[in-house]
Amino acid sequence: MTTETTPERRPAPDRSTGGAAPAAPTAGRPGTWWRAALRHRLFWPVLALLLLLILNVFFTHSFFSIRLQQGHLYGSLISILLFGAPLILVALGMTLVIATGGIDLSVGAVVAISGALACLYISKESDQNSLTGMLVAVALSLGLGLVLGIWNGLLVARIGIQPIVATLILMVAGRGVAQLITSGQIITINSSPYGRIGGGYLLTLPFSILIVAAVVALLVTLTRRTALGLMVESVGGNAEASRLVGINARRIKVMVYMFCALCAAIAGLMISSNVSAADGNNAGLWIELDAILAVVIGGTSLTGGRFYIGGTVVGALIIQTLTTTIYTIGVPTQSTLVFKAVVVICVCLMQSPAFRQKVFSRRRRGPDRPAGVAPAGQPDVEPRLEVQA
Amino acid sequence: MAQQQPVLEMTGISKEFPGVRALSDVDFRLFPGEIHALLGENGAGKSTLIKVLTGVYDQDAGSVTLDGQPVRITSPLQAQKAGISTVYQEVNLCPNLSVAENILLGREPVRGTKIRWKQMRREAAELVARVGLQLDVAAPLGNYPLAIQQLVAIVRAVGVTAVADGAVPTGTATEEAGQTEVAAVAERQGARAQVLILDEPTSSLDRGEVEQLFSVMRRLKAEGVAILFVSHFLDQIYEICDRMTILRNGRLVGEYPVRELDQMRLVQLMIGRDLGDLEELTEHIRPAVGEPVIQAQGVGRVGAIAPFDLDIHAGEVVGLAGLLGSGRTELARLLFGADPPDSGHVLIDGRPVALRRPAAAIHHSIAYCSENRRTEGLVPELTVRDNVILALQAARGWIRPLPGNQRDELVDRYIKALDIRPANPDLPVSSLSGGNQQKVLLARWLITQPRLMILDEPTRGIDVGAKAEIQKLVVSLSEDGMAVLYISAELEEVLRLSHTIGVLRDRKLVAQIRNDAGVTAGRIMETIASGASPDGAQS
Repeated sequence: MTTETTPERRPAPDRSTGGAAPAAPTAGRPGTWWRAALRHRLFWPVLALLLLLILNVFFTHSFFSIRLQQGHLYGSLISILLFGAPLILVALGMTLVIATGGIDLSVGAVVAISGALACLYISKESDQNSLTGMLVAVALSLGLGLVLGIWNGLLVARIGIQPIVATLILMVAGRGVAQLITSGQIITINSSPYGRIGGGYLLTLPFSILIVAAVVALLVTLTRRTALGLMVESVGGNAEASRLVGINARRIKVMVYMFCALCAAIAGLMISSNVSAADGNNAGLWIELDAILAVVIGGTSLTGGRFYIGGTVVGALIIQTLTTTIYTIGVPTQSTLVFKAVVVICVCLMQSPAFRQKVFSRRRRGPDRPAGVAPAGQPDVEPRLEVQA
Repeated sequence: MAQQQPVLEMTGISKEFPGVRALSDVDFRLFPGEIHALLGENGAGKSTLIKVLTGVYDQDAGSVTLDGQPVRITSPLQAQKAGISTVYQEVNLCPNLSVAENILLGREPVRGTKIRWKQMRREAAELVARVGLQLDVAAPLGNYPLAIQQLVAIVRAVGVTAVADGAVPTGTATEEAGQTEVAAVAERQGARAQVLILDEPTSSLDRGEVEQLFSVMRRLKAEGVAILFVSHFLDQIYEICDRMTILRNGRLVGEYPVRELDQMRLVQLMIGRDLGDLEELTEHIRPAVGEPVIQAQGVGRVGAIAPFDLDIHAGEVVGLAGLLGSGRTELARLLFGADPPDSGHVLIDGRPVALRRPAAAIHHSIAYCSENRRTEGLVPELTVRDNVILALQAARGWIRPLPGNQRDELVDRYIKALDIRPANPDLPVSSLSGGNQQKVLLARWLITQPRLMILDEPTRGIDVGAKAEIQKLVVSLSEDGMAVLYISAELEEVLRLSHTIGVLRDRKLVAQIRNDAGVTAGRIMETIASGASPDGAQS
């Protein structure tokens, strides 16, 4: 699952340059394809992801190799996708919520509740390996996830509590609920059908990667093939104007919080299935922050409005790759958080058009240039600089 | 009063913004113990003059003297220190702090670094009592209604004027403890407010609250404070003010004692035309055609507009005339369900309908272009295409998207028909000029094929060419049978386009005049000024 498989509806004119459309002249002219690529919204996040991946090769030479063993694909790249699956899911839900101008802090709690409920149900079954039992457990968890989403949505849309406060309630209380469900213990189960959600394979690929692919496909279809995406962006871009064109903003908001909680519930199933246990305390802990970060790296603004599903997926992959990188290059445990923070700051700076402008324009009149040469308008200026001009 | 020295004198004030001459050579005088109205239409330069006076803007030319001393006011803080206090339309206090904290913020009684809370409350209570208010000064300001908050803002602004003029030296008598409290505040404040500027203080107050405000103003006036009062309610001006200064297009029209200028003449001076010039015929008068599309019967909303009756027929243009703040927009919003009415009912095709939400009005083929393009119209970061189809798409529901080719064809057709430039549906709408943004909004609603189109100030802030185009469009829409409610501050536009003219004044629909050869801008202005239809031409 790569970003190129995610269709985006619009070419999205580059707002940093005031919307001056350069598309027409670049088309068809050989040697200028990279200009179009440079202007693509996803260029910088994807570049950051590639740099991180390449960094790994210096430490693990077989990093890019993927091999087939007993009909299953293995390799570091597959592992990144596999372990990143819950985060991608949560970030996808978060994308829509953020697009409406909201935020959902409760996803981590929902992850914990969903895993706890499923594991509790299966642990009470006489035959833990029964497929029906596992399906009922999954249905219960997803159903509860939807209910929790409705709760968040109603607090935000109907009662009018600020999203960050409304979802904080469930963030704190939800952890408590998860611990109540597990009675404060870690529930371990031994169910092979349930274990397949996180650890199973289908068509050589890990099952959770396929789930993520399905959710991405569903989301793209829902938002870009129907008018849902337009309405979400409209509500996030100008709520009052949306009301005055007859959009039911409340319903849209409840829907996105439901979708977000549903994604978190699926992620909760994956995480608990992976370890065949439910930990009310630690499952999905701080995943909301990683998810918000993934959305922002992907180019969706925290103030709401336009959202980018492909960007979010790349953002989540960057975060997961970073976690993997920390292990492969052997950052000391006590420095991991600092290392992570530094990389995130660098990625965010790369993303910022204002920052790039500043750095590159300084380089242009930098001291390494021969004196006396007027830097501006030089025909031999590096390609990157020209794009900024 | 003429012999007295003005407390404030502004001479030859000019202020230019890029492309606009906001003020040219304006004189303004304010005497102690008077209430002075500053009048003019929207954009006449009132707020610019106030902002020069309060140091928000620096004038390009002209001089200001305060108490006969030339001053140059360069910041709001300096204005305050010089004794010029301002209370703006939107109360800018902190509702979460107590009344006492709000009043004495920045000049609290302190001992060392500690605030003396008890004394602070005593002082605040005394200041509040001086203007005739009974408040618990320890309660959060937000607990009180807006009118009281407005009064607290005034107390904060002028708090200590009263004592500054005499009570300070006494301070010995213990029975006058209150006096000393105030004196203490006066000392800390270091200056007395001698000029109080009230910018539209009454716009959100009801009649009783206005009375309360006026009695405070009269008290302050008796104590020698000079008050500059800005209001769009002409009746209030005549009730409370002594003199007035009229601005038009950034120029001084004149300074008049209120008693010597009747409302009729005042409106003429504000709008800037003599009655004689306006005795001309209007064109485009067509008889109203068709059945009533919408009938409003006793529809009203407390605080927005008094209950009104209004019929709009198919093919008819109903224009609304009235000064800013007279309730034009409020009327339109009720008919669209943007605000739910709290009385009366609306009939569409003779059948009663509930218009409590915009979606309900849109379902009945009503469209509304708000006067606030940015805040209530456009979704700036979406493309022109998305903005154009938004209303139609909302009516279809999210599950039934417009098919791509049909959508593109519709958008292209309307871009062409309205001549939206640049004609590129993929641009973000925020990159278009004001006139083109307005056309995008018109396209958004025309695409839904409404039966009643409500246009609130569709020509405001756009260039002359686009203005003419939009007016032509209104004429051709009504010829095709659409009912139009047309709101504009420009009387000519309303006269030129309307079959029927509804006149609003002080949030009331006071007259409906059938537009024909005999109707002139003068007659409309008379109605606006007098509040009564001149010859009973109710339709």
